[in-house]
Amino acid sequence: MLRFLLRRAGLALLVALCVSMLTFALLNITIDPALAMAGEDATDQDIQALRVAMGFDRPAHVRYLDWLQSVLQGDFGVSPYFGLPVSDLIMDRMPVTVTLGALATAFAVIIGVPLGVVAAIYPNTLIDRVSLSVAVFGQAIPNFWFSLMLIILLAVQFPIFPVSGTEGFSSFILPTIVLGTNAIPPIMRLTRTGMLDVLSSDYIRTAWAKGLQPRQVFFKHALRNAIVPVVAVAAIQAANMFGGSIVVEAVFALHGIGMLAYESIQRSDIPTMQAVILIFSLFFIGFSALSDVINAYLDPRIRVS
Amino acid sequence: MQDAEATTEPTIPTPGAVLWGKILRHKGILFGGGIVAVMVIVAVLAPLIAPYDPYAQSLISRLQPPVWLDGGSWQHPLGTDHLGRDYLSRLMHGARISLIIGACTAAISGVLGTTLGVVAGYFGGRVDTAITFLVTVKLSIPTILVALAVVQLVGGSLTVVVLVLGFLLWHQFAIVARAVTLQIRDMDYITAARMIGCSRARILLTEVMPNLMNQIIVVLTLTMASAIVIEAALSFLGVGVKPPLPSWGIMIAEGRTHIFFDPWLVMIPGAALFALVLSINLLGDGLRDVTAPQGRN
Repeated sequence: MLRFLLRRAGLALLVALCVSMLTFALLNITIDPALAMAGEDATDQDIQALRVAMGFDRPAHVRYLDWLQSVLQGDFGVSPYFGLPVSDLIMDRMPVTVTLGALATAFAVIIGVPLGVVAAIYPNTLIDRVSLSVAVFGQAIPNFWFSLMLIILLAVQFPIFPVSGTEGFSSFILPTIVLGTNAIPPIMRLTRTGMLDVLSSDYIRTAWAKGLQPRQVFFKHALRNAIVPVVAVAAIQAANMFGGSIVVEAVFALHGIGMLAYESIQRSDIPTMQAVILIFSLFFIGFSALSDVINAYLDPRIRVS
Repeated sequence: MQDAEATTEPTIPTPGAVLWGKILRHKGILFGGGIVAVMVIVAVLAPLIAPYDPYAQSLISRLQPPVWLDGGSWQHPLGTDHLGRDYLSRLMHGARISLIIGACTAAISGVLGTTLGVVAGYFGGRVDTAITFLVTVKLSIPTILVALAVVQLVGGSLTVVVLVLGFLLWHQFAIVARAVTLQIRDMDYITAARMIGCSRARILLTEVMPNLMNQIIVVLTLTMASAIVIEAALSFLGVGVKPPLPSWGIMIAEGRTHIFFDPWLVMIPGAALFALVLSINLLGDGLRDVTAPQGRN
């Protein structure tokens, strides 16, 4: 297990390093950052002055190593738009996005797992078809439009929830529903196939044969085994939440990292963009490593290969 | 042809005929494929069948409701937007943008990802390790965020959006192509081709590729659906293609300011987007069902 952990951590570090290089290259080499930051009306002199002031006149690899060194010390530079250190901005916004991500993951699991279980217990019935339709629906609905539909229904027509903003728990409910709905389909489908596989296995037949209650067979014997891959997928979905948060936070004006990303992109605020892309990637790398470790812990066969 | 022969002597249906039979019996494919086909026809014929010019503004007839609401008329079946442009015509022209972006993105990422996947699966070893690592790195990059950032910095246009999305959505092709190639690379017919001295390029193109096509078509449809949603999201956030182009994302964004009194401005283009993505997904899922061996799901 220790060897597996070390190898997995090494891979995660290597991926993180590559992502940091790519992020930097994308925003600094493929385009001219000074030109992008200066805006359309800037003169050549302004751009040149900005280039020197921001240090963009130095060679790319020097700037990358410089940036990497400060990032490793927790310093992401100063945001030209907000006029604040980027790390302060991120620490300030982090709680909102983490709360949203956690709530949405919980929502997806609470809806997805029972749907999958019920669909597997009664395959090819109306219940099964309804849960499959929920999955197809959740997969296809564009989340920004779904947000607007919920706002029209539950904030305008029937004013139950606030339209937007970050005030109290109630402003998290609609964003949670939207973000969570995206994650329901994979969780539901995997629970269903997992349960179907397990339910046709020998030890479940034994459980039935010795006269156990259906409740015990389904939950104590079957679900415990079927849930293993679902845990790992839920971790991956949680990581995807951060990517999805940008659209949802922008629609609901929730002041989290996603909103920060959107604001920095609108203002071509490159230090902030760079930091936010890196942080979202690190979230994903961390969660997918976590997902692999959970899998390996729960299923020893994976550790060996 | 098949039927005519069958009356004279019993024949075993060809794999193609079996597949067509399955396709014609699959409800998801018929429903999804039907809607996609209608949308494609409308998009292609939009300049001919759209009742108005999608850019023609008319300030005296702005914000007219669609025909099923009070005050609506058949003159503008889906109403008019805040600049008095006919909503139905804009919707029809918007379908062109969505479908063009979806198809071009799927084509670019398909070529890119399939090539990488086949090479990784066929050659194995270090090549495989390197490409698998590349896929892992790609998966860690937040797609929407990077697409937003790059399109904003480079400047939004149809070409930029297609190129950026094409380079961001290839991973699924690589994963699927690699997995299938790994399964078939040691099959007898590949060994036979190698033994009679076929070149690597020829083996990859004429022996490996045809066996991938079923799975690749499924990924093509699903990637097309995500490209369409992401383009709409980018345009909605004001970073994709630019107004006055009638992208459905832009229409939703413009309708958003009227959400309190004219919510149909947001509902109509969104419903069209949802219907298109849903039908492409149904089509893709259905194709996966009928092409999967042993009909597993």
